[in-house]
Amino acid sequence: MTATLLTGARPLGGDPTDVLLADGVVAALGADARTHDAARDARVVDADGLVLLPGLVDLHTHLREPGREDAETVASGTRAAALGGFTAVHAMANTTPTQDTAGVVEQVWRLGRDAGYADVHPVGAVTVGLEGERLAELQAMARSAARVRVFSDDGKCVHDPVVMRRALEYVKAFDGVVAQHAQEPRLTADAQMHEGVVSAELGLTGWPAVAEEAIVARDVLLAEHVGSRLHVLHLSTAGSVEIVRWAKARGIDVTAEVTPHHLVLTDELVRGYDPRYKVNPPLRTAQDVEAVRAGLADGTIDTVGTDHAPHAREDKDCEWAAAAFGMTGLETALSVVQQVMVDTGRFTWADVARVMSAAPARIGRLDGQGRPIAVGEPANLTLVDPTARRVVVPEQQATASVNSPFAGTELPGRVVATFLRGRATVLDGALVEPGVPA
Amino acid sequence: MRHLLSAADLSPAQAVHVLDTAAQMAATQAREIKKLPTLRGRTVVNLFFEDSTRTRISFETAAKRLSADVINFSAKGSSVSKGESLKDTALTLQAMGADAVVIRHQASGAPHTLAHAGWTSGAVVNAGDGMHQHPTQALLDAYTLRRHLVGDRGTTDTTGRDLAGLHVAIVGDVLHSRVARSNVQLLRTLGARVTLVAPPTLLPVGVHTWPATVSYDLDDALATRPDAVMMLRVQRERMSSAGGGFFPSPLEYTRGYGLDARRLATLPDHAVVLHPGPMNRGLEISADAADSPRAVIVEQVANGVAVRMAVLYLLLAGDGTRTTRTTDETKVPA
Repeated sequence: MTATLLTGARPLGGDPTDVLLADGVVAALGADARTHDAARDARVVDADGLVLLPGLVDLHTHLREPGREDAETVASGTRAAALGGFTAVHAMANTTPTQDTAGVVEQVWRLGRDAGYADVHPVGAVTVGLEGERLAELQAMARSAARVRVFSDDGKCVHDPVVMRRALEYVKAFDGVVAQHAQEPRLTADAQMHEGVVSAELGLTGWPAVAEEAIVARDVLLAEHVGSRLHVLHLSTAGSVEIVRWAKARGIDVTAEVTPHHLVLTDELVRGYDPRYKVNPPLRTAQDVEAVRAGLADGTIDTVGTDHAPHAREDKDCEWAAAAFGMTGLETALSVVQQVMVDTGRFTWADVARVMSAAPARIGRLDGQGRPIAVGEPANLTLVDPTARRVVVPEQQATASVNSPFAGTELPGRVVATFLRGRATVLDGALVEPGVPA
Repeated sequence: MRHLLSAADLSPAQAVHVLDTAAQMAATQAREIKKLPTLRGRTVVNLFFEDSTRTRISFETAAKRLSADVINFSAKGSSVSKGESLKDTALTLQAMGADAVVIRHQASGAPHTLAHAGWTSGAVVNAGDGMHQHPTQALLDAYTLRRHLVGDRGTTDTTGRDLAGLHVAIVGDVLHSRVARSNVQLLRTLGARVTLVAPPTLLPVGVHTWPATVSYDLDDALATRPDAVMMLRVQRERMSSAGGGFFPSPLEYTRGYGLDARRLATLPDHAVVLHPGPMNRGLEISADAADSPRAVIVEQVANGVAVRMAVLYLLLAGDGTRTTRTTDETKVPA
């Protein structure tokens, strides 16, 4: 593999410097980069003015394979991930068959390795078939080649308090974490959108904030009781932020995630009944949006997870009630975070690296991801042009689906290059195919 | 007016214009020959994804009285609960040249999607969508209220009049009711005051933002002497656990929110009782109330035809590009 010399890059948005990538690691920084032996034959990437981040890590991706290859495959989803600046994604368990055995998680893990655009870490189902009744063979998944550490029934809530307690306890044996989709099922039967002023007018069955908050509150108390760690997926309400803030102050080992769309979109968008805005948990109010931004800014929320949820066209090209929940996000996540957190002055780029790389890598117990940009560290890196602006065109994205809520919207920032252990997966904003010398 | 999707789409002038047009249509229906040639050669499709004999027949009658060709497409029971079928059905109707699609659908927003997804170029009339809207019901209710309560009780010409100053109580399952949502908006547009009366379980979260006052007590509400009481249908299944457990028993509901002879007697002399039908006699309304001279429920049905004639006429024969109109411009064929 040839070495790569990034000239004039700004690590975490700091002062410009040269960075040499060789043998899969950051070989040299600063003045040493040009004088290093490997620099002689290195490909030079002009990174003048570009921000250098550790490769992004997503704790929450739906790759749909096996089962719904019409919506996404591991290959298409990881190509989207690379273009979005990600070097590792966690593939959620709600595939068909479910990722609830060692065999299925190893299959997904191998598909990711074969594709080669980003590390794929399968999430194991907490319960067999996501049915919420009996624990899946968590230990077998943890000890498989896929080395699963994150377990989730995402899409469904582990609503039975005893099952949740057992799962929290059991994963301690292999330093796992239960990532909860917090949704009280009885309070959200047939729910279509956030319950409030807009749902009352539109006549759509409501998904009340309390249905999320009640589960978050229960789970942090359970985690405290059994001394386990808990991760709250796609937290969406002001009340949930308050509960997590309280739990952390109390010393409970809880981490929390917010999606890009919950950082910027509100339930007012549902007024046109456009199913692109149908998502679970639903888009909330402007007050909730401000609360999750504040929670992300003050560290209550640890990470931004995309909840990238591709859907086949026919599952969105229909009336609201018949449409599937979910929106794509891998190729827009970083831009949304830049827009709402960096460009508003609430975040430095170091903060972006923390919530989109270091924290999710730590929660997922990944080695070699989310690391500092330092000599000897794995060369999982992303170069971003923060001054670029682009209009989102879903048909031009790498994801196999077009259900982006940002279609036609102008967003700031553009991923120029992504490196996975030193090999470019993206250069000049375009994919580099594996096998092509890079 | 390109489509009629929601009562909220109507400006005060437009709403009054529809009522005035309906009055002219009603006048033609007193003649021996009821049929008008206005929509000859135009095709109206009744696309019903949900059972509704009375609304479908009302639209069918209205279209036929205007000489339109009517196609009834009942999709209930087939594999149409999935959305693609709505799209494919719409494309089919478009290919067959539907000038107007009257749609009833169990999903809130389906008419909106039909009108805006580019699947059909015809005018879309919402004949009831989920828990969202039923604008022609609100129009026929307003028409009925105007006939009885505005001017000198039917003896003076009410053309151009709205419902300013009237007080209407809407009682029952507001939460699940598209009739209530449409009426709250249209009555407000026409200048009437609305009180919603229901147990708190049958009111939506967010109702405080609606242009209406809310009461949990029917007797209190009736004591304010409303000019009209509109009773909403309550489904018995809603009391069961599977139905959501909204009230403990039908009997308790009737005691608290049913309109019976005793409550009827507390109303002012001029007050009328409305119900969109079909009624659950003995649940939300007693036989005494339903059959009393104050009840204008059967007349609502007749007025429904006139109002739907007016809507189809204005969408298909009127200048569809205009959004406001004065009554002088109406030219119903004599």
